[in-house]
Amino acid sequence: MSRLHVNTRVNGDSVDFLCEPEETLLDVLRNQMDLTGAKEGCGTGDCGACSVTLNGRLVCSCLVLAAEAEGQEIGTIEGMADGETLHPLQQRFLDHAALQCGICTPGILIAAKALLEKNPNPSETEVRYWLAGNLCRCTGYDKIIRAVMDTAAEMAEA
Amino acid sequence: MVKVTIWGSLQAATDGRGEVEVDAKTTRELLTQLSQIYPGLKPQIERGVSLAIDGEIYRDAWFTPIKPDSEVILMPYMQGG
Amino acid sequence: MALDDSNKRDFKIVGTRPLRPDGVDKVTGRALYGADLSAPGMLVGKILRSPHAHARIRSIDTSAARALDGVKAVVTAEDFDPVGDDFTQDILDNCLARGKALYDGHGVAAIAATSEKVARLALKLIVVDYEILPHVTDVDAAMRPDAPVVLSGRAQENVPAGLSENVTSYFEFGHGDLEAGFAKADKIIERSFKTAATHQGYIEPHACLATMAADGRAELWCCTQGPYMVRDVCAAIMGLDSSQMRVTSSEIGGGFGGKTTVFIEPVALALSHKSGRPVKIVMSREEVFRATGPTVSSSTDVKIGMTADGRITAGQAHLRYQGGAFPCGTVEFGAQSAFAPYDLDAVRTLGWNVLTNRPKEAAYRAPGAPMAIYAVESVVDELCQILSLDPLDVRMKNAAKKGTLSSYGPTFNEIGLMATLEAAKAHPHYSAPLGPNQGRGLSCGFWFNFGGNTCVSLNVNTDGTVGVTEGNPDIGGSRASIGMMAAEELGIAYDKIRTIVADTSSLGHNDVTDGSRVTFSVGLATIDAARGAIREMCGRAARIWGIDADAVVWKDGAAMPSGANAGEFPPMTLAEIAASSHSTGGPIAGHHEGTADGAGVSFGVHLVDVETDMETGAVKVLRYSIFQDAGKAVHPSYVEGQMQGGAVQGIGWALNEEYIYGEDGRLQNAGFLDYRVPVASDLPMIEPVILEIPNPGHPYGVRGVGETPIVPPLAAISNAVSRSAGVRLAELPMSPPKVLKAIKAAKA
Repeated sequence: MSRLHVNTRVNGDSVDFLCEPEETLLDVLRNQMDLTGAKEGCGTGDCGACSVTLNGRLVCSCLVLAAEAEGQEIGTIEGMADGETLHPLQQRFLDHAALQCGICTPGILIAAKALLEKNPNPSETEVRYWLAGNLCRCTGYDKIIRAVMDTAAEMAEA
Repeated sequence: MVKVTIWGSLQAATDGRGEVEVDAKTTRELLTQLSQIYPGLKPQIERGVSLAIDGEIYRDAWFTPIKPDSEVILMPYMQGG
Repeated sequence: MALDDSNKRDFKIVGTRPLRPDGVDKVTGRALYGADLSAPGMLVGKILRSPHAHARIRSIDTSAARALDGVKAVVTAEDFDPVGDDFTQDILDNCLARGKALYDGHGVAAIAATSEKVARLALKLIVVDYEILPHVTDVDAAMRPDAPVVLSGRAQENVPAGLSENVTSYFEFGHGDLEAGFAKADKIIERSFKTAATHQGYIEPHACLATMAADGRAELWCCTQGPYMVRDVCAAIMGLDSSQMRVTSSEIGGGFGGKTTVFIEPVALALSHKSGRPVKIVMSREEVFRATGPTVSSSTDVKIGMTADGRITAGQAHLRYQGGAFPCGTVEFGAQSAFAPYDLDAVRTLGWNVLTNRPKEAAYRAPGAPMAIYAVESVVDELCQILSLDPLDVRMKNAAKKGTLSSYGPTFNEIGLMATLEAAKAHPHYSAPLGPNQGRGLSCGFWFNFGGNTCVSLNVNTDGTVGVTEGNPDIGGSRASIGMMAAEELGIAYDKIRTIVADTSSLGHNDVTDGSRVTFSVGLATIDAARGAIREMCGRAARIWGIDADAVVWKDGAAMPSGANAGEFPPMTLAEIAASSHSTGGPIAGHHEGTADGAGVSFGVHLVDVETDMETGAVKVLRYSIFQDAGKAVHPSYVEGQMQGGAVQGIGWALNEEYIYGEDGRLQNAGFLDYRVPVASDLPMIEPVILEIPNPGHPYGVRGVGETPIVPPLAAISNAVSRSAGVRLAELPMSPPKVLKAIKAAKA
């Protein structure tokens, strides 16, 4: 069985790779592109630590086959900051101490960014339900929710 | 001489006594004395114990001084998570 | 090293909330965790695991696996020499089964191959001949004399006769005359409780990258709470000197006690040794659930007597804990902590640790305490309900204070329990009105905390910046707190300090990051190291000025003459002294090696409001408040974080999390879909109220805070649910089907 050749764009850059049919997008991001920001917490789409965007849509990259990336636009945590300038969400997470061990943070940031792009003024309940697919075991979610809401307010003013 | 409180399930080794007296000025001397005088305590002491001296818990320190009027409690070796 | 109140400290940096030094790396995905590192020529390691709960391993045929193209090494338990002590031998036998597979998921053989694909295929080619044996997974069943025996000959000398060999240890604590105490009570309640095993639930599965060269030198990268523990255990298993093995801890994606031991590292080292190449092993989530270290499951009987006006006259608890297939030691902590919040004349607790065909338990935040306090606080609450007494008033009436003879032996020094109870009573949450099907519950919590072996090195750079090198993985933001304490002590800006976690070759031994010990003991060590550097810098200034070193003091980040008599010299800042250090005696540093004691116990009180849906049994947490004594909160955001995080783990434990075993002894829910941890939509904001009753054993008054928060939620939630649903529940988790069943049974 030979490997598949895939052409795609990741964080705005054109990339191509070879993959096995059963390899996931998460596998390829981490093992071939050295983009280790997305994490494998469960491999079954239950924890959200592998969250990326696929054509702007929030997905679990462990549930996307690498081959499906053909011709698509992928957004990972590595593309969230603009060079040295952190995205407001990243900065607010730091300000609010919204991370402890940080393993869920890339996935939550990607998910929160997708939320604010879709709904710039979410209520606390909307934020909580949107992030229900991203598990955090350290923080109890309190400071994460505050950081996201604070960012929404800040971005609304801008 | 220092009074040492022994926990309930070890008292079979001290003839049912919950408190014994030993001659010791440091934690190491105390544990050595206990093992010698009450050989039934030796296995537990070798497995590991903590000592609460005047309300402070000590896990490993041999040379912690003990005053004659100190409160000394034998406790299982502390673990955390 | 005692509390430094000589100058009635006005902290400049301690108590503020600066940004953590590793923060940018973590929000940009740059931080490297266990599975994020690779090495040239690296092989993929995988472990074959038993599908049976209990089986004799008659033979393992690895020939077909070895013959597969791309397979470079295969190991089983036979490839390891016996280790000198039971503790380490058990750890090794838990990684790879020796003679018997003892639980569903127990490692049996391992391979290293050139790719993930080949590795998976190779595992399928290993043929294991199992002789299936009867198994036991329930704690009470495992104690019976006729229970299947998991391991023989492991019972300690104190275990009473007449029980199964599975009972490996027995403890008894307490004081006073129980019979007389119960005779004084106006009301006595006896209840039995059960809790299921839970998992720490860290989002990062165990991962390591091992390299062992032909000359025996080894390098190990792994996510761990204790790189020195990993080094010592692996060196003992592999027959190496400690100095030959260097362990570097990665950033860690959660531990909570579950990463205070090893499950894969010895296997990776052995595979690397055999193949001559680096080997990376990453556990899958299913492996994490089946084959790492969950908590015990427990079965507890509690009996408490109370007078009509709320005084507890006697308390008794019998606790039975199963810790999986190897002897564990947590029931003694449950038995000691169960009644710790109370001042009692008569108290007795008995505990048994039991073997079962389940994975070997590991610590989980205050190991042994949550399930014990759950049972006791539930009975206290029930007594309050029946006697129509205010639950907070009853706690205050019976609260342990300075001078109380504790239930586990020592007399308490200054403790913060009363202050947390008073803070809870005064808080608006306590008097907020409740609606229909809503209930309020509370619980006290307690943990011992400890100090331990710690080494810190503090180096002053010629540009006036400072490096702090410590050896404790940062699981909750400790690098920030340590940097803050160094900056405070030195009198310089926080951003002039860089704190790093070094590998095991860079410092002497550091105990594991556990026991709520890091801010306390690494902080204490850092402060002492800073003071050493300060002494050195004062000495340099003295030489520059030509005066006695005794005549120089340190204030606001600079050396200055102690008085007009010493001489008129303008202060020399740290940066100035550092700039000339190469000419005044060489590089400037301070260091500390020692065993910290005097950590001080920590109390907390949790208050929670829930609403129970009487038709589905679903429970919604409406409001949650935490009151805890931190001694001195160095970085309040991270203290709050510990409180909130621990409370939510406890909420999960109370409402939904459990290990479910089938009749066949196999784990049925080895994934996050069916092992249901709390998600963002389950919870409200969690209010943390930090109290500060300084710990005399620390120069800034710091107490450990990390573990206590997981202790109160189990009973707090159970008490709230019981009151809201009108029926007393005595089994965790209180998942909707169980709550509904209890509601229906009460109606019938």
